[in-house]
Amino acid sequence: MSVKIRYFAWVREKTGKAEEDLDLPAEVKTGADLIAWLKDRGPEYAEAFARPEVIRVAVNQQHVKATASLAGAREIAFFPPVTGG
Amino acid sequence: MSVRVQVEDFDIGAEVRALTAGHADIGAVVTFTGTVRGESGGKPLSRMTLEHYPGMTEREIARIEAEAHTRWPLQASLIIHRVGTLRPGDNIVLVVTASAHRHAAFAAAEFLMDYLKTRAPFWKKEEDAGGAGAWVDARESDDHATRRWQGATGKG
Repeated sequence: MSVKIRYFAWVREKTGKAEEDLDLPAEVKTGADLIAWLKDRGPEYAEAFARPEVIRVAVNQQHVKATASLAGAREIAFFPPVTGG
Repeated sequence: MSVRVQVEDFDIGAEVRALTAGHADIGAVVTFTGTVRGESGGKPLSRMTLEHYPGMTEREIARIEAEAHTRWPLQASLIIHRVGTLRPGDNIVLVVTASAHRHAAFAAAEFLMDYLKTRAPFWKKEEDAGGAGAWVDARESDDHATRRWQGATGKG
């Protein structure tokens, strides 16, 4: 099934795109799995996700842990720790 | 309860008047305004760009606001956060809390700001005089500030 993947701030700059629709393979079950899978898609992804421990994950516009299941995900976002306010 | 994410500046006096109009049950209004500092890491800042996650940002702030209303007896609240390009001295964020008494209004405003800084999807990119840009790093002190509310309960 196709899922919308969105990137923000320096993750967006490093991947070179704000969003894309991807068909995820069955073995991608968590945000951490997806990061590992994305890193193999090209050097720009490898660069964006070089430090996966600092990347935050949102599923369907809600914060989740990277280890949380992606079941039911329509939109998955990756971004750095937030710096507003 | 009200949340706005906008490019435009805000008028603090007008916002407070609109929020409290018609309320006879408010005895305390606290406002917090965040503004752009003119330096970063000892170097002059020429401008800053704020990025957000349309949809999630508004929902996340609304969730934090609803949480504040469960912790303290608030009659009204308002959160405005600007996005886009800002310059030193510009307003970034406005939090207004209104309650019958000051303690709830003060505490709720601080709670809202602490959560906003660590949970609401905004990212700042700073630009120096030479045009070199750098994304702002999250501060651990902000995480500490948010954690002190966890497990704590509000009171009037």
